[in-house]
Amino acid sequence: MPKDGGIGSPTLRREDIRFLTGNGKYTDDINIHGQAYAYFVRSDVAHGTINSIDASAAEGMPGVAKVFTAKDFEGVGGVPCGWQVTDRFGEAMQEPKHPVLAEGKVRHVGDPIAVVVADTLEQARDAAEALDIDITELEPVLNMKDALKDGATKVHDDLTSNLCYDWGFVEENREAVDEAIKGAHHVTTLELTNNRLVANPMEPRVAVGDYDSSNDEHTLYTTSQNPHVIRLLMGAFVLGIPEHKLRVVAPDVGGGFGAKIYHYAEEAFCTFAAKALKRPVKWTSSRSEAFMSDAHGRDHVTKIELAMDKDGKFLALRTDTHANMGAYLSTFAPSIPTWLHGTLMAGNYTTPLIYVNVKAVFTNTVPVDAYRGAGRPEATFQLERVVDKAAREMGIDPVELRRRNFITEFPYATPVAVEYDTGDYHATMDKLLELSDHAGFDARAAESKKNGKLRGFGIAHYIEACGIAPSNLVGQLGARAGLYESATVRVNATGSISVMTGSHSHGQGHETSFAQVVSEMIGIDASQIDIVHGDTAKSPMGMGTYGSRSLAVGGSAMVRATEKIINKAKKIAAHLLEAAEGDIELKDGAFTVAGTDKSVAWGDVTLAAYVPHNYPLEDIEPGLEETAFYDPANFTYPSGAYGCEVEVDPETGKVTVLGFTAADDFGNIVNPMIVEGQVHGGLAQGIGQAMIENCAYDDQGQLLSGSYMDYAMPRADDLPMFTVDHSSVTPCTHNPLGVKGCGEAGAIGSPPALVNAVIDALQRGGHDVTHIDMPLSSDRVWAAMNS
Amino acid sequence: MTNVTMTVNGKSVSGNVEGRTLLSSFLRDDLRLTGTHVGCDTSQCGACVVHVDGLSVKACTMLAAEADGAEVKTIEGMANADGSLSVIQQAFQDHHGLQCGFCTPGMVMTAAALLKENPKPSETEVRDYLEGNICRCTGYHNIVKAIMAASGQDVSAIAAE
Amino acid sequence: MHNFEFVKPGTVADAVAALKGDEAQALGGGQTLLPTMKQRLAAPETLVALSGVDEMKGICKDDEGRLCIGGGTTHAAVAADGSYPALSAMASHIGDPAVRNRGTIGGSLANNDPAACYPSAVLASGATVTTNTREIAADDYFQGMFSTALEEGEIITEVKFPIPEKANYQKFVQPASRFALVGVFVAKFADGVRVAITGASEEGVFRWTEAEEALSANFSPAALDSLSVSGEGMISDLHGTGAYRAHLIKVMTGRAVSAAA
Repeated sequence: MPKDGGIGSPTLRREDIRFLTGNGKYTDDINIHGQAYAYFVRSDVAHGTINSIDASAAEGMPGVAKVFTAKDFEGVGGVPCGWQVTDRFGEAMQEPKHPVLAEGKVRHVGDPIAVVVADTLEQARDAAEALDIDITELEPVLNMKDALKDGATKVHDDLTSNLCYDWGFVEENREAVDEAIKGAHHVTTLELTNNRLVANPMEPRVAVGDYDSSNDEHTLYTTSQNPHVIRLLMGAFVLGIPEHKLRVVAPDVGGGFGAKIYHYAEEAFCTFAAKALKRPVKWTSSRSEAFMSDAHGRDHVTKIELAMDKDGKFLALRTDTHANMGAYLSTFAPSIPTWLHGTLMAGNYTTPLIYVNVKAVFTNTVPVDAYRGAGRPEATFQLERVVDKAAREMGIDPVELRRRNFITEFPYATPVAVEYDTGDYHATMDKLLELSDHAGFDARAAESKKNGKLRGFGIAHYIEACGIAPSNLVGQLGARAGLYESATVRVNATGSISVMTGSHSHGQGHETSFAQVVSEMIGIDASQIDIVHGDTAKSPMGMGTYGSRSLAVGGSAMVRATEKIINKAKKIAAHLLEAAEGDIELKDGAFTVAGTDKSVAWGDVTLAAYVPHNYPLEDIEPGLEETAFYDPANFTYPSGAYGCEVEVDPETGKVTVLGFTAADDFGNIVNPMIVEGQVHGGLAQGIGQAMIENCAYDDQGQLLSGSYMDYAMPRADDLPMFTVDHSSVTPCTHNPLGVKGCGEAGAIGSPPALVNAVIDALQRGGHDVTHIDMPLSSDRVWAAMNS
Repeated sequence: MTNVTMTVNGKSVSGNVEGRTLLSSFLRDDLRLTGTHVGCDTSQCGACVVHVDGLSVKACTMLAAEADGAEVKTIEGMANADGSLSVIQQAFQDHHGLQCGFCTPGMVMTAAALLKENPKPSETEVRDYLEGNICRCTGYHNIVKAIMAASGQDVSAIAAE
Repeated sequence: MHNFEFVKPGTVADAVAALKGDEAQALGGGQTLLPTMKQRLAAPETLVALSGVDEMKGICKDDEGRLCIGGGTTHAAVAADGSYPALSAMASHIGDPAVRNRGTIGGSLANNDPAACYPSAVLASGATVTTNTREIAADDYFQGMFSTALEEGEIITEVKFPIPEKANYQKFVQPASRFALVGVFVAKFADGVRVAITGASEEGVFRWTEAEEALSANFSPAALDSLSVSGEGMISDLHGTGAYRAHLIKVMTGRAVSAAA
């Protein structure tokens, strides 16, 4: 039975009340007296030279405060990249400058050229039309392979080529892998793309800059997943504002999915302009603007080869990927196709030899960075697709082929430099087959056939690495930041608690689930505990929320800080009870002397800490507030088995997802209701990628899917009810809660399961189709069936 | 500028608007009713759904001037008179039908419109009716469940996990 | 949006007068026009809202048994009517519920989006488009993508639909916009069958005359077996090639015939 309110309970979310009544406070709800509005004038060509910008007419228009261009940003830094990848020859990646406003050249449709700031947004837009911008169009660089050819047009004239880096992993294995593939009984090869996506949190990005000249303090309100990271990057690298003069607030944030991790030019602009104009400056992205200014995700072109012996035992894996960086390096872009992708290529399997090559390429497109899963979906997709294809080529059932190669002993060191601490892949596979009624599939397929439809079932088993860590290791891998998390637990005199966390909730429900943890540890009601996040003035330096890290890393920091609180409170209780500290037990919010009925309530101890009249002042300080920084020893490794059942209409190619089952191992669970919600959302995004979502450019670099008219967002009628299970539990061995992370799993495991299901349906229908690139839109499926 | 007067959540309000002022802007900027959200510019996401004279509309695709004289209801007017959550709002909390909360006001307003038209909708009918409301967080599973529960149907049989 | 003067006349006559001004444009439900204006792709100086013209709203039958729908009638009202079931069913799937509460038949027809649903119903039904000045037969009304027989300042006051013996509309949706990737309206009258296709052609809505002839002789999906549609002249985009759309026309026509009631 779940305990009421503690760890394991499906506690209802406290934050829901404000969201359900219209009382949420999102960044666009913030209006500061006297604020001006910024309108960004963006490039409508993919690649061009800026010859001139004449703002004189615009500056004279009603309400206009100023028109900003790159000239106003002379001496200001570029938007920095937070990760430096070293290539396979030991050289640092090529890293171009990313100016706040375009300097001399525009490099993608949407690249900001100028900003009009005016009293109202419509005045700013009216004036923007009066800007005279002269641009000479250049040939756009779009196809990654063409971009690497000798003599190709360059996105950045000051770089030697369009190659950001050529990364090999593990470089020492390269020859051994080549040899193993040459001599293998069978090699399955697959060429595929991982389609470019747009994260599309429903709240578009917003930035409000404010400046207080009386004490030279800047405040930025922004839609961020990690306000401290923005403060560091923007303060130290772009605007040169010391941290104690810069406050970054990310209030309620309407979804992130990765796209709100990064430091964006608009944030720096509003902060900069607020000081320049001595008035608050607000920018609110329109959805159309978001499509050309939010970092995109995925966009890999890959060839993967899997070598097997005659029994289907995996001998070696070689994969070769071109990863699109877009026109500039977004904050964590270089790390995604490398350290978050190559390290996962072992999957759940004992493949002894693996070599991953990644060429990261600059093109005249929007920068690409992490999107839910980030690198891990790309790894899982190619691996689980090639395993499925291999099963068909080898004549082995896809479940059986996976089982033959599952890792079963832990800890397990993979040939791609990570060590899985724990897992049980047969257990999740068993659970999937049971919950999806795999045994009854043939009967259901027969029923579909009677109705003229093709039914298919597809499986994928995934592994992911969450809570990227530890800091000293990631530093060696090129991270320009630490990856710890922080928490301050502030106990008030009357016993209520404020927990200031460095992680950030933008839909994940931390205000509820984090309070459950502290409530469980101390034994007081969760209603006495508030979780505070999203404000650099309140929380200690933290790294924010991404990579399914919040509970595993941020929750662990909170546990450590709470342990410190409990230790100190026990000392106070020992004094009050006139007992030895070692005899004090904390249970249900009261301190007792073991084996006696002597006890003191939590509130009496906390009061004593702040009104220290009867208090051991010679031994301990008054007050009850503790901070902890937690730096994990390893990643966590959630895994799971996913099954998708589809029906294909052979006349139209339309795919209908009839059912989707996810059997995950997330380790211990704090709030199962929230965990299930996270999986549902991940599944929807993964199914969206596999079935309908596609960010496409034409041959001139114009965005074809620049609004919801052409970028297909999954809607309620595109999706089925999901079956999700998290009863397979192998707790993480190295964090205090034994938790692994659940935010991205759904988006990682679902695309290959869906594609495998469609291929299964087509093959059962007699169509010799071995692969279709995502999204499996009806026209593509129909074309594949009729080719 | 034109003067408009309308009843919003039971209160008479008026203001001067430009011809181009959208109802969503009037609600958010003039009345400071920021629960109505704007998530797109092509009239598709539905975060801005409000009721005008009892019918759901997208407030970002209606001029404030067109609502002159109308009865408007927004998310801020959906709770019970004593401030407690209405049946629909409570069902959204009970069934975890929201995560980031941004699409939620539009979802609640659309759900209310649906249940007025169709007090006991099937799962398919709920999904069809939500065609104009996009949620990026929940995968809709729990939204559908919440709406069916709010209609008094037993949702325990729906795959809960 | 560029700013404009907003006027809301109460009669057709006043609306017509207001539309005589420079750069004046009529506003129906605004479900397409307002997003277009937000993108600053349309910039009228005066916007003449038709929502106050009560004489343009409502549904009735005339002496010939035709269903007469006022130009200012919303999709939701048509969906709820039911006296021409296929038409109501079609209207019940335009956009989404909130869009249907604002969008009007007159607005949709005046815009003539190549992927809109209404044009196919009007054309397949052989309806008559009535304006403040004249009556226009459906076959004369549609003149290509976003192009109609309407003159400057002319307002659709009513659309008169003969009610067929059997009819059905099949929409294959474009997954993003939810407009028709291909929409087929089939209407069977005593004197023959009309088939109108939306979403597919670069020329906007059109009649598939070969199918009409075949179905007039034999109103069954099998009558279409020997027919095919060429992909030439069909829209090719991110969501489907011309060949795919051409293929869907035949499939959806067959389904419409099967489902026609």
